[in-house]
Amino acid sequence: MTVTVTDLSVARGGVRVLEGVSFDLAPGAALVLRGPNGIGKTTLLRTIAGLQPPLSGQVEAAPDSLVYAGHADGIKPTLSVRENLSFWAQVFGKKDISAAVEAFDLGALIDRPGGLLSAGQKRRLGLARLLVTGRAVWVLDEPTVSLDVDAVAMFARVVRAHLAAGGSALLATHIDLGLGEAEVLDLAPFRAAKMDMDDFDEAFL
Amino acid sequence: MIALLTRDIRLAIRAGGGFGLGLAFFLIVVVLVPFGVGPQSDLLARIAAGVLWIGALLACLLSLDRIFALDWEDGSLDLLATAPLPMEAVAVVKALAHWLTTGLPLVLAAPVLGVLLSLPAQGYVPLVVSLLLGTPALSMIGTFGAALTVGLKRGGLLLSLLVLPLYVPTLIFGAEMARRGVDGLDYGTPLLMLAGITCGTIALLPFAAAAVLRVNLR
Repeated sequence: MTVTVTDLSVARGGVRVLEGVSFDLAPGAALVLRGPNGIGKTTLLRTIAGLQPPLSGQVEAAPDSLVYAGHADGIKPTLSVRENLSFWAQVFGKKDISAAVEAFDLGALIDRPGGLLSAGQKRRLGLARLLVTGRAVWVLDEPTVSLDVDAVAMFARVVRAHLAAGGSALLATHIDLGLGEAEVLDLAPFRAAKMDMDDFDEAFL
Repeated sequence: MIALLTRDIRLAIRAGGGFGLGLAFFLIVVVLVPFGVGPQSDLLARIAAGVLWIGALLACLLSLDRIFALDWEDGSLDLLATAPLPMEAVAVVKALAHWLTTGLPLVLAAPVLGVLLSLPAQGYVPLVVSLLLGTPALSMIGTFGAALTVGLKRGGLLLSLLVLPLYVPTLIFGAEMARRGVDGLDYGTPLLMLAGITCGTIALLPFAAAAVLRVNLR
């Protein structure tokens, strides 16, 4: 289930931010996107996840193979950790949440309402959602924000196990995850040359 | 889809979910009317059907902005959009959850409040039937409005301005049916028109709501 991105150009609010991005993501591989703030990492990931159309270029991926995790974790404050996770498992047609709970050490928090979790615990719950979906390609936007050192190591272990099982991961992150095998793609050379709005209507369409 | 429906209903019922808010608003509006127009039971009986319909409509409006706004704020909507559920199904399920937690309680409360407005006995059945037929359309149109304004800061007022004119046909035929029932006239025609409007909105608006959601999520 290789994800192939060919000559992709993406825009945010009608302004072209990245152009000519091409890469392949093979099963078992991880690709880390790097670049300064505002270069368009989030926009690129949202385009690959299918939340917005590309300006040009193509994203080829097997249908129903991607799962996206953005800045917000989508946790409902009045539902417990178990209810939050079970909901996403059911949406993706799965049942079992025990592996995800185990991997992110959420066992002690399982009946606590989402609203009472700390920022780092919320993030762990948000990342545990990836495991219950059973999808092969993880598209992650800043997955380690508000995680402590131990939790980052926990996350790196989970990603490594996912890669070993034939999955793949596309991450935008600033910190070193300790994933030595991950390739790094610096987005700076792909910055769009002219940042003008050549098609004004684009901002509204 | 069932998971999303049970989640939405659970969220509405839990603390801060807004369940009962619309119902309480409906109760207060309807109780205030006799204070406003005075204790003339013949006048109240004449306006009861219309007052109950307008009260139900406003109560329905009150909780519309929660349909998508909360999911948008905490990122769930992005995640739902990338989930295997089609957006059309998300819109239908959201509308259904809104109807079950807001519309249906209003329908059930309406006969009780009819007593307060000294609604004539022959008016109860057409009133409840008209609300039962009309409120699903209110929820569906409201879901479309909520999808249009999702992502706007304080989109609630704009939502009301967008949605209220769209409620006019439902209100006309719903109130007309209830009024004819009160007067003891035949209400077959408004009933069919109301049912037609509701079926039409449920058939078409999920696609419109899904389309605007996709645009708003970009």
